[in-house]
Amino acid sequence: MDQNGFFGNWGGAYIPEVLYQTFEELKEEYSRCRKDPAFWQEYLTLMSTYSCRPTPLTYADNLTRHFGGAKIYIKREDLNHTGAHKANNVMGQGLLVKRMGKKRVIAETGAGQHGMATATMAAKFGLDCTIYMGEEDVLRQRPNVFWMEKMGATVVTVKDGSRTLKDAINEAFRDWVTNVDDTHYVFGTACGPAPFPEMVAWFQSIIGIEAAEQIMEYHGKMPARVYACVGGGSNAMGIFKRFLDEPDVELIGVEAGGHGADSGAHAIRLSSPDATPGVAQGYKTMFLQDDDGQMKHTHSVAAGLDYVGVSPILSDLWDKKQVRFESATDTEVMQALELTMKQEGIIPALESSHAFVGAFKEAGKLAKDEAIIINQSGRGDKDIFTIAHAFEDPSWKKFIIDRGIEYSNS
Amino acid sequence: MQLEQQLRNKLKDKDILLMTHIVLGYPSLDVNREVIKQMVENGVDCIEMQIPFSEPMADGPIILKANQDSLLTGTKVADCFTFAAEITRQYDIPFLFMTYYNIIFKYGEENFFQRAKECGIKGFIIPDLPPEMGKSFLELADKYQIAPILIFTPTSTDERMKKLSTYGNGFVYCVARRGVTGKKSEFDQNFDGYLARCRAATKLPLAVGFGIQSKEDIEALKGKADMAVIGSRTIKLVEAEGAEAVGPFIAALR
Ligand SMILES: Cc1ncc(COP(=O)(O)O)c(C=O)c1O
Repeated sequence: MDQNGFFGNWGGAYIPEVLYQTFEELKEEYSRCRKDPAFWQEYLTLMSTYSCRPTPLTYADNLTRHFGGAKIYIKREDLNHTGAHKANNVMGQGLLVKRMGKKRVIAETGAGQHGMATATMAAKFGLDCTIYMGEEDVLRQRPNVFWMEKMGATVVTVKDGSRTLKDAINEAFRDWVTNVDDTHYVFGTACGPAPFPEMVAWFQSIIGIEAAEQIMEYHGKMPARVYACVGGGSNAMGIFKRFLDEPDVELIGVEAGGHGADSGAHAIRLSSPDATPGVAQGYKTMFLQDDDGQMKHTHSVAAGLDYVGVSPILSDLWDKKQVRFESATDTEVMQALELTMKQEGIIPALESSHAFVGAFKEAGKLAKDEAIIINQSGRGDKDIFTIAHAFEDPSWKKFIIDRGIEYSNS
Repeated sequence: MQLEQQLRNKLKDKDILLMTHIVLGYPSLDVNREVIKQMVENGVDCIEMQIPFSEPMADGPIILKANQDSLLTGTKVADCFTFAAEITRQYDIPFLFMTYYNIIFKYGEENFFQRAKECGIKGFIIPDLPPEMGKSFLELADKYQIAPILIFTPTSTDERMKKLSTYGNGFVYCVARRGVTGKKSEFDQNFDGYLARCRAATKLPLAVGFGIQSKEDIEALKGKADMAVIGSRTIKLVEAEGAEAVGPFIAALR
């Protein structure tokens, strides 16, 4: 990151003036933390006692046999406390908030995993907490809304714009400019104004640091490829960062193909020609927008990937061809999810299942003595309504109908 | 220079100037036309015309909805330019564009300045473009003599205000409080201290905006600021009572 927060052509800090001072303070505290080895140590201790770090690297022998190519390893971010990689970023920022002495945190959330992690952190650290969530996401990620509220957070349903992640971000910014003095905005992904992209990627880099050590132990050499799904880009940056300088490791980011790259209903920013450079939500990156610069509606079965922009760090790595980008459609995602459950007894989140699709398409073409790593950013439990609906599961449907009748009669 | 001089000339006859805000295409360009007519005829000194953007991060619910509704009816940036050209020919007060940086970036910075110049626009207010991010923007503003209006806020330090002032032109937009557009502001002692800091930091005229809704609010600013900005209030008025209500409302503010 350069002095103005850019990674190559991308990034920056396009912020309203009222936030200038807060960003100065945030940058200062962040840079103090980065220089202080005790801070990272405190972070590691917290993550190994409150969350489940180091998370395992699981060898998927059945899937490996099924595809008959490279050995498939799964980095288990789903085993973090609250069920996703989001906890890594949130607990890190929580330590920062404590240092800055702020009393309240706000966050946007798409899948609800980031909101859930933030609500958890706020409960543990004794902070007030408000979570902004698009109306569409409130409906499709209802279990997370329930848990956030139970942990004491206020969940605000955002009904503007496309009623998804980007709109939740706008609304969180509106809160922040109003309550700057006592509030920290826990940005959920490696996007937004500097220093957020770099800071979030830093906290998430723990994923790749562990994975590199684990693969060396189990496999004796670096993996041939590493796959991660890309919403805003935080789990991808988290696992990629450690491998960027490894010459023989190819990094693959898998975006949300929705109904298909040609359908217009997707969230493919880097692996389709549909996105163009733009500036919104405080940073410059490739956005899905029209010729006037108005943001388009996006679509993905996975709320956490249903977003118009992408990490400026990833746009830069894309420019420099250091990361390859692919996409997975909603249909492919459901198939990969089903296969993974049946073969390995593991339930990836819909977001993470995109990375599985990317890996499944290529594993069979690689030699048997190679290994690949899939970053399983989260667990699928939160998606039970969406997944059950997509599978048209009859016994689940009956359960919901019966429960509905029970509630409406009570 | 141009814009500042125009405002200074007006300040010779008035103890405070009035700037109003409209969102282009909301509810329609036809209604915008009528509202502007009523505003100018009743003594408004300067009008900021907002080119709608899908992500108006610094705007509160009223202007946010106006942006979205305008886009839903199909308002394009090209329409905003055509409209601006028509209006600036018709009325002899300065007109500004307010919008978010992506609209300019996507159009091409230089093309945007060129087109705005042709359309008679005197200044730009871009709430998400701090000078650190606007190097080429500020150079073009100088080249095309369109005033880049910079923003002071209650959280700005004295040092920051001085720095901003060196980049700005036309006037400085002093945001009355933390937060987004639309809500009422308190014009208390703290506020007077803030305005005094603004005054000390710049030689440019001071406009005060966010939450100004009534004659009393404007009275309270006399002697402390050079221009009062009425934003969401007239949008609400047009929604509730139609464009015709704007004239009498503006007339009663003085
Ligand atoms: C499980 C999971 N994976 C991935 C994402 C996408 O975010 P990112 O690209 O920042 O990792 C989300 C976001 O909500 C998520 O919940």
